[in-house]
Amino acid sequence: MKLSPVGQLIALDDIGVDRGGIPVLRGVNLNLDESRVVGVAGLNGSGKTTLLRLIATLLAPSSGAGRVLDKELGSPGVYDVRDKIGMISHTPAILPELTQRENLVHFSKLSGADTGQVEKLLQVVGLDEAADRRADASSFGMQRRVEVARLLMTNPMVLLLDEAFSGLDSEAQELIGALIGRTRSKGGVVVMVSHDATQLRGHADRVLNLRSGRLEEMS
Amino acid sequence: MSFWNQAGEISRIDLMVERRVGDVFRIIIPFAIVSLLVFPLALGVDLTGISLIGPAVFWALGILFGMQVALRQAANDSVEKRDLYALLGVDPAARFVGRAMSGSVLMIGFLAALLAAMIILYSPGLPDGWVGPMIAASVLMAIGLTELGTLAGEVTAGLRNRNALASLIVAPLALPLVIGASQVLEALSSSAGILPWILLLAATDLALAVAGVGLARPLEEASR
Repeated sequence: MKLSPVGQLIALDDIGVDRGGIPVLRGVNLNLDESRVVGVAGLNGSGKTTLLRLIATLLAPSSGAGRVLDKELGSPGVYDVRDKIGMISHTPAILPELTQRENLVHFSKLSGADTGQVEKLLQVVGLDEAADRRADASSFGMQRRVEVARLLMTNPMVLLLDEAFSGLDSEAQELIGALIGRTRSKGGVVVMVSHDATQLRGHADRVLNLRSGRLEEMS
Repeated sequence: MSFWNQAGEISRIDLMVERRVGDVFRIIIPFAIVSLLVFPLALGVDLTGISLIGPAVFWALGILFGMQVALRQAANDSVEKRDLYALLGVDPAARFVGRAMSGSVLMIGFLAALLAAMIILYSPGLPDGWVGPMIAASVLMAIGLTELGTLAGEVTAGLRNRNALASLIVAPLALPLVIGASQVLEALSSSAGILPWILLLAATDLALAVAGVGLARPLEEASR
């Protein structure tokens, strides 16, 4: 299988992904150079989350080939670039028993980021007054803000957003918009998926449609 | 961040979570102690018999409730959490070691509380010089059982019947640990050497540690 040129941050070539014997993605091609923001729209169950987890190197392709940050998908080399990939999942990925501040300190220690940034980041995302509130006693929007702070701290080159704007107030949506802008300005790429194509058009250079596991240009 | 720093951080947070949630100290230990009270009633043992069966009941309940301690981290695991740690660059082997470290601390606390309760409730006739060997056996059993539970949690990650399967994996594989730990007291009572049993426990712990560290990455990748 011929791979797309080395150097592109994301290069997917005729990729298929099966889950439990069922094809979820089929013949997916996607090439993204630096500073690109692409949106992928699709109905529920169309394979959007699987596409993001594939790009995050958390899933290996069942067919075809691809590279993310110059590492071949499905090879052990991807372990070295995972810390350069950031993702906001459909469900907030935080530790519910910890406070917002403790979550960020924990993430900074594990990723090797500067723990001293935590207080500033709590202010940036507007959580400074709720920093000592436990995550499981916080609203969905607050949990999302913790995720935004984590991604501002880890500075990913590949930013993946799974329905990241859903259920957020305008201020929190602006924060995610700022995160997208920052990733783009540093030369990174952003892939965002949503069932709402209008929302994607507000942030993406290009919007694609994922229908029955196939990626198509939006008509 | 280095391997040991990651393991230490995972361990620190796990103990902090336990302090707040209290799975082990507020739920498992009280229920295990209640079981100590109920056991003689179920067997219909008289007061003389109670002191004889005390150590055996301790090890039986130790393994039974210890499995709950060992599997508590697996019960709190989720796909989002596993993905998050992977994307933060956490080495799965460091995660295994961190979880085994904090789990062992909790397991030692659990066995210590159960042992104290057993001695108070059963007044067993323990052989002279039992304290040191009993501590060594309990610590080695705690480490091994935690490693086994952590490993079983990794093996069953992502499976629908995870909780039931993990217990079924731990129970038979814990046999060398139970035999080794229970035979330490037996050997002391009959003035035989305890070294073979301590070595059995230590060798089991080492084998589980090697398996856990070596298999952590492949198991994590296979779980997705």
